[in-house]
Amino acid sequence: MFRNQYDTDVTTWSPTGRLFQVEYAMEAVKQGSAAIGLRSRSHVVLACVNKAQSELSSHQKKIFKVDDHIGVAIAGLTADGRVLSRYMRSEAINHSFTYESPLPVGRLVVHLADKAQVCTQRSWKRPYGVGLLVGGLDESGAHLYYNCPSGNYFEYQAFAIGSRSQAAKTYLERRFESFGDSSREDLIKDAILAVRETLQGETLKSSLCTVSVLGVGEPFHFLDQETIQKVIDTFEKVAEDEEGEAGEGDAEAAAAPAEQGGGGAGDQDVAPMEM
Amino acid sequence: MTFTIPIDNGDALKNAEADSQRTLYPYVTGTSIVAIKYKDGVLMASDMGGSYGSTLRYKNIERVKAIGKHSLLGASGEISDFQEILRYLDELVLNDNMWDDGNSLGPKEVHNYLTRVMYNRRNKFNPLWNTLVLGGVKNGEIYLGMVSMIGVSFEDNHVATGFGNHLARPILRDEWRADLSFEDGVKLLEKCMRVLLYRDRSAINKLQIAKITEEGVTVSQPYSLKTFWEFQAFHNPTAGAQGSW
Repeated sequence: MFRNQYDTDVTTWSPTGRLFQVEYAMEAVKQGSAAIGLRSRSHVVLACVNKAQSELSSHQKKIFKVDDHIGVAIAGLTADGRVLSRYMRSEAINHSFTYESPLPVGRLVVHLADKAQVCTQRSWKRPYGVGLLVGGLDESGAHLYYNCPSGNYFEYQAFAIGSRSQAAKTYLERRFESFGDSSREDLIKDAILAVRETLQGETLKSSLCTVSVLGVGEPFHFLDQETIQKVIDTFEKVAEDEEGEAGEGDAEAAAAPAEQGGGGAGDQDVAPMEM
Repeated sequence: MTFTIPIDNGDALKNAEADSQRTLYPYVTGTSIVAIKYKDGVLMASDMGGSYGSTLRYKNIERVKAIGKHSLLGASGEISDFQEILRYLDELVLNDNMWDDGNSLGPKEVHNYLTRVMYNRRNKFNPLWNTLVLGGVKNGEIYLGMVSMIGVSFEDNHVATGFGNHLARPILRDEWRADLSFEDGVKLLEKCMRVLLYRDRSAINKLQIAKITEEGVTVSQPYSLKTFWEFQAFHNPTAGAQGSW
């Protein structure tokens, strides 16, 4: 995308009917580190890559609990994401207080989308620079939604957002048809495998990813490092065995991309506020 | 055409004229509601009277109404406040339907909403002068609860308002069972309503019984109970104490 004379204001249309500021906001989402969501009929899994500013700092929180039955994973400007998560928590708790009943996730997502839309139609505002994967349970089952800075929202069986999410999306596209009937364990495994796709060569360790689950009879919670590592071990072990049989040459080839995958040149283009 | 211009006189506690804005006493009132859970859902009985003080002025007031697909609301107390509550709930149900997303308000949600409304009004010293009974069935779960004008709220297997608490509930405590059939439930309610008819002076002999099950709501046509006034004790009531009544 190149600069043009219609992109200064969010309230300026381009002659081709585009709002460039909104599209630039969606670019910010693409720069953030990956977040992945998938659902079965009864469970939703949200996973993300833990990116830290430097080796000295801790990684940013990208998955938030909104209520026992709703969780959200964000990509893009995490500050905007935090503010929107606070809004979602507020909506959920107010509904719960008035009706003693969990807020249906479909309705929360519409409130969120309407809030985002306001920022695309006020000259003194800017769009939120964050994409949200909202996973939740309601009367009609498990749902996964993606909320855009544009104010649009879509429902998905599985989705990935953020940098290098295309790799994860390709993986999910191959497998999504089976997710509906997946067991909870298979769903978690698929989520972690999708995360691995975005790392592109870097060895997958449990410290590199955060995974959360919610489902029928299971309130939203994060999986601890051990549990994640155990799942990683089930497929990394298989991969190791195969590599061992293939011989040393492959092992050398595998080592080289791993060095580049770490804190590579690509990340230097990412602004500090985007994670 | 007349219309009133709303006046904001401020806090009812500090400004004497603001009293004209808040509820002080009820004018047209309904008497007891009696409701029970039974095998398939909830049964609710009420008479059709609206008293104006001690006068039995209105004889065709429906005090039990369907709310949405899953609930039944019965009210005793000020009739105009009941109508106001029905308007609030109408808006609530309308907005719920407009979502058109497969989710719907169940009896528990309506009950809690009403509890919030009643309690918040009480806190402003401007109560809705009603005791409400909320019953319903959703996804097989049978729900029955009550909210008073001061916001006291609870659920139970059988509830009653006003005089019903004193006259009907003892009967229900003895004779209610979880597996009551529809016919037995109606008989039980009629037994309670008959006692109320004899002993509550604001009761009239014209009642409706409403039923709610998973399938929906049915409100019966108004009918009367058979009463018996030939008890020997009533023939010469003051035999034991001449001069009294």
